[in-house]
Amino acid sequence: MLPSSLQAEQFAKYPPEARKLAAANLRALQQLPLSFLPGLLREVIDFDFKFPAERNAIEKELANLSSLSQAEANQWFQEFTQISLSSKLEHLDWVNQPGQFLEQESAYLWATHQLDAFRKAATDYGDRLRSTLLVEQIPVRRIGIAVIGQGVASYDGPLFRNLRKHGTYFRQVKPENGLELLLTVVADRAKAHPVPYGHWYVDGGQAVNHSSFMTCVQYRALEPVRVALLKYMQTEIGRPGMGPEELRTNLARLKPSDLGMKGGDPVLDRFQVKLFTEGSGTQIFSTTFAQWTAREALRRAQPLTLLVRFAPRQRQRPMNELLSGSPGNPDLDFTGSLIDADMAAYYQWINQQRLPGSEQSSFIVWFEDHSQALAIAPSLPRGAVSNSVIDLGELLSLVIS
Amino acid sequence: MIDQSPFRRSRTAEVLVKGRLSPSELAQRVGHSRRDFLRDAAGMALGTTLMGASPFVRGQTAAKRRKVIVITFGGGARDQETFAPEGQENIPYLMHQLIPQSSFFTQVTNHGILGHYVATASLTTGVYETLNNFSAIPPQHPTVFEYFRKDLKRPPSDAWVVAPSNGFNRIGESECRSYGPGLGARVVLPKHLLSAATSGNTTDYEHLLRDNYENPLYVPQIGGSEFELQQLETILKLSVDDFRAHARTVSSPDELSVYIAKRLMQKESPSLLWITMHDIDIAHTGAYSLYIEAIQRTDRLCAEIWKAVQSEPEYSGNTTLLILPDFGRDADEDPGGNGFQHHRTGDAASRTTWMIAMGAGTRPGVVYDSPLQSIDLVPSLGAMMGFSPTLSQGQPIKELL
Repeated sequence: MLPSSLQAEQFAKYPPEARKLAAANLRALQQLPLSFLPGLLREVIDFDFKFPAERNAIEKELANLSSLSQAEANQWFQEFTQISLSSKLEHLDWVNQPGQFLEQESAYLWATHQLDAFRKAATDYGDRLRSTLLVEQIPVRRIGIAVIGQGVASYDGPLFRNLRKHGTYFRQVKPENGLELLLTVVADRAKAHPVPYGHWYVDGGQAVNHSSFMTCVQYRALEPVRVALLKYMQTEIGRPGMGPEELRTNLARLKPSDLGMKGGDPVLDRFQVKLFTEGSGTQIFSTTFAQWTAREALRRAQPLTLLVRFAPRQRQRPMNELLSGSPGNPDLDFTGSLIDADMAAYYQWINQQRLPGSEQSSFIVWFEDHSQALAIAPSLPRGAVSNSVIDLGELLSLVIS
Repeated sequence: MIDQSPFRRSRTAEVLVKGRLSPSELAQRVGHSRRDFLRDAAGMALGTTLMGASPFVRGQTAAKRRKVIVITFGGGARDQETFAPEGQENIPYLMHQLIPQSSFFTQVTNHGILGHYVATASLTTGVYETLNNFSAIPPQHPTVFEYFRKDLKRPPSDAWVVAPSNGFNRIGESECRSYGPGLGARVVLPKHLLSAATSGNTTDYEHLLRDNYENPLYVPQIGGSEFELQQLETILKLSVDDFRAHARTVSSPDELSVYIAKRLMQKESPSLLWITMHDIDIAHTGAYSLYIEAIQRTDRLCAEIWKAVQSEPEYSGNTTLLILPDFGRDADEDPGGNGFQHHRTGDAASRTTWMIAMGAGTRPGVVYDSPLQSIDLVPSLGAMMGFSPTLSQGQPIKELL
């Protein structure tokens, strides 16, 4: 089936709000090329479980598409219409299974050497869309905080190498009560600007006390979910004919209840399940989990505040042993985790800078319980070194003032 | 696994990339940067100034004894962790021992599918293969081993592949009718050997058996058999006990591969030896420190192989060593990826790599900027060794002729 044949009743299996949204924009959807539309439907079908920022973005995109005349739509999607797809793809149920369609479309594009053309079409479309939509002002300057190196007694290697040219390196930070000071300032922000899913605290281990105004994701608390997922994967892998791609498709279908999550925030629960089912390595290493959570939170929820505290990950162990979920406390790799988190902090900053208001946003990375930190803010010089004696609360106040 | 990341681009804000370059311009820029790094670090000459008579002319009299070893620096490594100033500390052996003796090609682009098995298969056939990356199926086009053996009437023992176990057991020969069965390379899979040698009881050796980092939770069955044990005893002249004892001393699958490769060099002295490394692909787990450790290990192992070449009478003085990654990894700035973790975006960083050519018939200390494709390797090997890869779609590298 091609998009021009779409009918409203074909969205009957969508969750209520998604169904309503798709039906309301049917005419716009009908004029989109098949190489593009399932990508949009993959977002629409999950609309009921999206963060406010994502909902806003989807609604704006659909409103823009609905405003296009046929001639304008042809112009906008010219590059996508030049992508050739197979009849097999046309016959897939891309309305109800857009994710599976995209997996197969992706494989097809790679195999037919059309990926670069698709990539260009997607990039051009994104640029055009962004230039069309008004950027909303955010209520407060965005800030990111990364706390790295938990449990590391000493480290002689250079830290923050990728970020130094963007900010000021503080080498005499007072580490006492550093985490508490950061969380206090962050909690005050969350209280002063109570935006839904606007202020996040991600912990790669066990979260410490924090404000109820913050959205919290912590690795330790998700242990039962992780164990349930590993068990599910073990079972699936053991089934005849199962391969990595089939496994991935099956994982994408998992809901929070399938992994024993009950009665929580449905939006956040889905988000957390996807961290494990869509992330690579999140099931194994807490540092990867924290990095991927930060990336996805920024990409999807666009928080005003994001504090990520990295915890030591387990030592690299053989995959079979990890998969079996054997009991016992695995050894921890403190130094390796610091290096992982140092890079992850850089990625956190990069992902933050992709969001609106980046020119005013700020960032701090601190080597936990040590005197090294780096701060990036419009008011701070780049590539500079500071010998000021300063505590974490003062440093945070400095970058958000 | 083929990822859908390009589909995400259209809905991801991108504020970091300004004044965007075309993919070819980006590839060129990446290549030129490598040249600059090398010129600064190793004082190497620019190849275009040295173009002249073929370095292989003087070697033609010894053509019958020529040996070629290809190492795919498997898993992909980026400039910032290798040849960029901040990355050079990770590759001391390449920088200070191998590259000063080599011709260095700064811009090798892979336009095919960026999965390790399919990309390595493409390297061996000189055609961008489109087979399923996760299936143990042979390449569709004749491999370099088949051209070599058929044209030069070489025995099976003269072409060997040492490879990780993920699907690579079929890489030795294609399904092409005029070549195919019986004309390919012998393939040794060290992990299969280990599995066979331990009779399935791999408790002590599990750290060597991990596989398929692209989906770290998917672990295919590794089956050892009588055939593997025969390889150990009759070809490698290695007792099961000695092999087991050695396996306990190595820290990674690639170390085991190099051990086997060196043993093959001693006992079989193949004229065409292809070694596929894979440790670097641990980057898929998202642990940056493990990725760096793997680069450092691969760097050391490349030097170890070159040292073995010098010490083996059958190889010393008549061997050409080629080292190249199968492809790169995603750039930090590409919003469709997650930096070093994957190679899914198809961006310039993930497609553009380098190649080292050293030993017999190469010009030491020269940097070549001219753009190459990874499929140019097979016709170049044909020109070096005297066979005709008629179905290859690449072009011989003129600087090696």
